[in-house]
Amino acid sequence: MSARADRPTPGWLAAIPAAWLAVFFLVPFAIMLGVSFAHRVPGGFYEPGFELDSYARFLSPFFGRILLTSVALSAGAAAICVALAFPFTVILARMGGRAQTLVLVALLAVLSLSEVIIGFSLSTLLSKTAGVGNFFAWLGLIEESRAYTPSLFALMTGLCYLALPYAVLVLYPPVSRLDPELGEAARIMGATPLRAFWTVTVPMLRAPLFGAAILVFVFTLGVYLLPQVLGQPAHWTLSVHITDQAIFQSNLPFAAAMAVLLLLVSLAMVGITLLLGRAR
Amino acid sequence: MTELSLHGLTKRFGSFTAVDGVSIDIPDGSFVCLLGPSGCGKTTLLRLLAGLEEPSAGRISVDGEDVTGTPAHLRGFGMVFQSLALFPHLTVAENVAYPLSIRGTPRDECRRRADELLSLVQLEGMGGRRIHQLSGGQRQRVAIARGLAIEPRLFLLDEPLSALDANLREHMQVELRQLQQRLGVTTVVVTHDQKEALTMADIVIVMDKGRVQQVGAPMEVYRDPANAFVAGFIGTSNLLPCELGEGEITVSGRRIALDPGDRVKARPGEAVLSVRPEDIRLSADGLPGKISFVRDLGESVQVLVEHEGHEITALYAPGARPEVAVGETVGVEFVPGTRVVLPA
Amino acid sequence: MSRKLQAAYILVILAALAAPIVVVAGVSLNAEQALLFPPPEMSLRWYGALFSSPDWLVPLRNSLVIAAVSALLAVLVALPLALHVWSRGGLLSRALYTLGVAPFMLPPVISALGFLVFWVTIGMYGQMAATIVSHGVFLVTLPVVTLSLGLGAMDPALVEAARTMGATRGQVMRTVILPLLLPYIVSGYAFAFVLSLNEYIIAYMVAGFTVETLPIKIFNSLRYGYTPIMAVVAVLFVALAVAVFGLIGRFGNLPRLLGAERVEER
Repeated sequence: MSARADRPTPGWLAAIPAAWLAVFFLVPFAIMLGVSFAHRVPGGFYEPGFELDSYARFLSPFFGRILLTSVALSAGAAAICVALAFPFTVILARMGGRAQTLVLVALLAVLSLSEVIIGFSLSTLLSKTAGVGNFFAWLGLIEESRAYTPSLFALMTGLCYLALPYAVLVLYPPVSRLDPELGEAARIMGATPLRAFWTVTVPMLRAPLFGAAILVFVFTLGVYLLPQVLGQPAHWTLSVHITDQAIFQSNLPFAAAMAVLLLLVSLAMVGITLLLGRAR
Repeated sequence: MTELSLHGLTKRFGSFTAVDGVSIDIPDGSFVCLLGPSGCGKTTLLRLLAGLEEPSAGRISVDGEDVTGTPAHLRGFGMVFQSLALFPHLTVAENVAYPLSIRGTPRDECRRRADELLSLVQLEGMGGRRIHQLSGGQRQRVAIARGLAIEPRLFLLDEPLSALDANLREHMQVELRQLQQRLGVTTVVVTHDQKEALTMADIVIVMDKGRVQQVGAPMEVYRDPANAFVAGFIGTSNLLPCELGEGEITVSGRRIALDPGDRVKARPGEAVLSVRPEDIRLSADGLPGKISFVRDLGESVQVLVEHEGHEITALYAPGARPEVAVGETVGVEFVPGTRVVLPA
Repeated sequence: MSRKLQAAYILVILAALAAPIVVVAGVSLNAEQALLFPPPEMSLRWYGALFSSPDWLVPLRNSLVIAAVSALLAVLVALPLALHVWSRGGLLSRALYTLGVAPFMLPPVISALGFLVFWVTIGMYGQMAATIVSHGVFLVTLPVVTLSLGLGAMDPALVEAARTMGATRGQVMRTVILPLLLPYIVSGYAFAFVLSLNEYIIAYMVAGFTVETLPIKIFNSLRYGYTPIMAVVAVLFVALAVAVFGLIGRFGNLPRLLGAERVEER
């Protein structure tokens, strides 16, 4: 209906969230954009100006390595998470209401956990004195307990731990809306369950799967603590460097320029997801 | 004295005209059915009456008072929605008393009135229940009681019985009509079910493509349709192309003299002959046709006859069943005085 | 895949997610100031220590205040936003909704830096109010999503029915829309509360050196000396999250809240 005689809310209601989000969300981004072009004053903050010095630093091999590290880590985590999460979600969506609720509670609880707590828990789990090393030694698999952190393996485990619940919850709506009769129809026409899964379920969910991979990618791009807790300095991501520059090097213009770059990458990724969603 | 009167009422959504220049006067205390196929504009017309849509043109007046610009909450009408729209967070009694409590009626008065209304719809003692604890028919009654709570000037119902199964629906049709007669409230019901309209209404308004096709008493609309659409929509009609001449019509090259009881609505020339199945006789004379199917329904027998690409339906009482078999050739005759000649 | 194999897959993943938490729970029971698992001697002394050491009590209080107020702010902004989007549509609505879900779609470090320069510019860097407002803006997505789901599930005829029965716009809001939205308001608040408690990077960037929250305190302890109190806090956070989401699951329809449409009734 194009014209309802009256609507349940007055028009001015929109002004409250619009003003709030404009002041506290859009303005900070605008300031950040401004700062990224500002002139750095060593030892202090910055002074207003327009120069591309901060952006020029992107062209160094050092920075290229950071960007590559970030992208590679996130892409790896996205691939692993979606591969693990997809069958998990399909099975989950077929479970009874009560069991589904229980699993969802567990996932939400893990998802809400601070990166700090996840980092700390995993570093404990992978440590020499309290972790799986003890367990393996006790089993006799290894001579003596050892630590598995910091390492690339530990960092990747952390990223997947962080993002797996997220991937499941992103996949959950489209998977649970899939008509179960489609798979059943394939079965009646002679497909084995596995074949029905590959020939019906997977192709129908291609777009949501790709979308989930991109969202996990963006999600893990923002990871800041895990590379410091579980990884080695070589694994420091763009997010770590942004914080490092902003807080410890007091180079706000450079931090802002990196954040703007990260923002553009993220927006492009989210844009692709939205386009995919529309194309369906 | 009091009446509902619509004048040139029109509603456009963009380039689509949902309701197109409707003008009707409805006397006080009438039970009106708005009847038509889906998309004919009947629900939009009802929403215009309720004030839930703003008309693009035209006027609505009640008791001579122009209410066209009056917002929905100030019109003082009662309405039952297709989904019933009962409030899930309120009890049955709170639902029924909602229009009263919103007007600041004291709590005791609300309770007394809710009891009264619930007994009116035979739901005594159910006031404390939750909506989800009720059956479909009970919910229906709660919605009706709620719509009547403020003794509305006008009672509007949008496909109110469509969610019920066939038996319950027929029962509720009778109950709703009896209730309306007892209270004397002017009532407008939207329905796509012509049987429902014929059961309940004083006045049937047949709509198609946003326009009123015919207004009349149920039997008038049934017996004397204004055009081929009404004849085809209300009940079953056999519609055959014909040529109208002086006191006679020509069907498939065969001349049939008209009787003074036949109704002629068309101008001489091309026209449509409309005859009800119960007014068809099969004999040796008449239009030649071939029996294509015999449908024995127990309470009646339908015989389908194929005549030059048209399917003609004849209806018989079980005792009067003609001795015919599929494939046989018969003659089709129209009982004089029942024939209606409509514009092509 | 057979049913048993399916169940096994789910259980293995859940066990992997639980493993670090189990180890941390064990570590929190160490009698000595050591992170050993299994603990050689068990004691609850570190649970007592959390609530008696000012080192940890101040961050605990900070975290609770920030979470309680910022979740409230998020709901207060999300409610008119979701109502407007639901009742009007159009370009402004789409823009508002995008703005409402954007904070969560972007890596939080970007928002964190944005907030940092914003509070530095207006001279409120390092104040608790800055953390609260930043969290309120960042977490607005959660109540926006739950409220939009709640409004979407509501029969629009309910509002029209109330109107035809004489209710003014304000009365419709008070007697119909808000009561029906209450479960979604509560769950939106709960989501925002739990996530605010756990949020690190924004709290750190905006006021990390002056307003210490529990995640900041844990991270600092990770660098400057382990103590089982960290494990105690982690265990309490997990317990709190399970309790909150468990309650939502118990009294609300969690699968529906997370976007499922076909779920058998329990």
